[in-house]
Amino acid sequence: MSQKTAVQLAQEIRSGSVSAVSVTEAALAQIETKDGEINAFNTVAGEQALAQAEAVDKKVAAGEEVGPLAGVPVAVKDNMCTKNIATTCSSKMLEGWVPPYDATVVEKLSAADAVMIGKTNMDEFAMGSSTENSAFGPTKNPLDTSRVPGGSSGGSAAAVAADYVPLSLGSDTGGSIRQPASLCGIVGMKPTYGSVSRYGLVAFASSLDQIGPFSKNVSDNALLYDAIAGHDQRDSTSIAQQHTRVLPHLAEGVSLEGLRVGVIKELSTPGVEGFEPEVLARTGEASDALLAAGAKVDQVSVPAIKAALSAYYMIAPAEASSNLARFDGVRYGLREDGGNTAAMMRASRTAGFGDEVKRRIMVGTYALSAGYFDAFYGKAQQLRSYLIAEFAAIYKDFDVLLSPTSPCVAFEFGAKEDPVSMYLNDWATIPVNLAGLPAVSVPFKTGAHGLPVGVQVIAPMLEEVKMYRVAKALEEASK
Amino acid sequence: MTETENNKKLSKEDVQKVSELAMLNLDESQVEAFTPQLESILDLASELDAFDLDKFEPTAHPFGLQNVFRDDEIERVDVKQGALATAPDVEANQFKVPPALGEER
Repeated sequence: MSQKTAVQLAQEIRSGSVSAVSVTEAALAQIETKDGEINAFNTVAGEQALAQAEAVDKKVAAGEEVGPLAGVPVAVKDNMCTKNIATTCSSKMLEGWVPPYDATVVEKLSAADAVMIGKTNMDEFAMGSSTENSAFGPTKNPLDTSRVPGGSSGGSAAAVAADYVPLSLGSDTGGSIRQPASLCGIVGMKPTYGSVSRYGLVAFASSLDQIGPFSKNVSDNALLYDAIAGHDQRDSTSIAQQHTRVLPHLAEGVSLEGLRVGVIKELSTPGVEGFEPEVLARTGEASDALLAAGAKVDQVSVPAIKAALSAYYMIAPAEASSNLARFDGVRYGLREDGGNTAAMMRASRTAGFGDEVKRRIMVGTYALSAGYFDAFYGKAQQLRSYLIAEFAAIYKDFDVLLSPTSPCVAFEFGAKEDPVSMYLNDWATIPVNLAGLPAVSVPFKTGAHGLPVGVQVIAPMLEEVKMYRVAKALEEASK
Repeated sequence: MTETENNKKLSKEDVQKVSELAMLNLDESQVEAFTPQLESILDLASELDAFDLDKFEPTAHPFGLQNVFRDDEIERVDVKQGALATAPDVEANQFKVPPALGEER
């Protein structure tokens, strides 16, 4: 199964040459054998998955119309609500919580006839870049189990990299899809803000969060993106327009003739601080490859990027402190005893949240408090405007931008214990979330220790077609 | 806000205060551990001082939020199966909590 792409699998299942049940059984067997060590899954939904697969096979046998993800097993990050299947956000706070409804993306997977195989491990409430912050133990990188898979969607990335499933869903607030994709050597995409519904995604930082796909290759990624994108009236930030499918635009041979690519100086110049030399070298080779494929390539400076990380680490915690106020032991999740309501709430939150979540809630509370609001949150929001204006100006002269995804290859467990050193991992991915842009990480050869390097293609809002076409060219060139 | 205020040292009392606002209980050793960490995170904000941002309005959302309306249609929802089904404590179809004015334990 590991050699087959999702596009191939769906085709074979639709044609009846392979059964969805046998594909699901194979995926479950892989998980059973290997996941004791990797720990990509919090919950494996074997029974429900087999029932879904049987339903797909019945449809095929009856000659009925079958969806684009016909029988393809998909893993879902454990911060997206799944009816009757536990959704924990890898937190003690929500351990054992079973949502009464499906997230829109989960409904869409069913509508596309995908098989939801289980819920994947993550940094608690999506706060982290290594999946070490999970209350249920870290996920290991399938390429080297002494190293992290990245995060926060580390379980979803590992589930694909370990060949359990060809597709998975993650969420990306500051790089949580693209960075683990880079560290696990797969493709991960954060769509334009508002193009995929957040209904049923447990909120971390609402103005930044976006759900997106992981896969082994670019076409599979577009296949899953096409299945989950589109307007949803249950998400007030959902873009009110119909989704135009991306995958058909990737079918013909990709020519980049005339395409203008900007390589972001602040993130790509050889010797730039904090980036491994191999990562920068691969990014240079990726830009050469685009030039060879017919694109026009130039350096471009985005000065606001220098402070984007700082702005993010004010804005994201501020939004998190507000969003996570709902976890108070009253309506769902953990409740600890206390003599009165307030004491019960404090005791529940203290026992339910891990240290990184507490840190971010406290940073956010501080940044929003009287006397500090303007200097921290207010200024960060102004930087966000400046960054958005810079991107808008640059996109008058460029079609897409290129940078590394992560400053480094997969690192060892415990290597970044100081919170700020962990935050610096998000250096190249964060500006994209602040501006609401789409971006994809594509594996491009290897760096230190023979581990994969990912390069990032950033496009203007709703220009996923352009972004994927460039990603496809990079995929070809890295072979 | 001046740069000096921005780079102001965070005291243990500040962290204690913030933890109370955030409804978290921290003991002495946790306050001790969190204080330098929070300080180094808040120090990141000093990077923002390198830019003249006065002419920029604050952005709260990547492309601005608009009110979204829908028709006011009545839908029936089964609260027992839905919102109340996984609550820690329920009585008479309502969330139950300890007394608001009771003694702390």
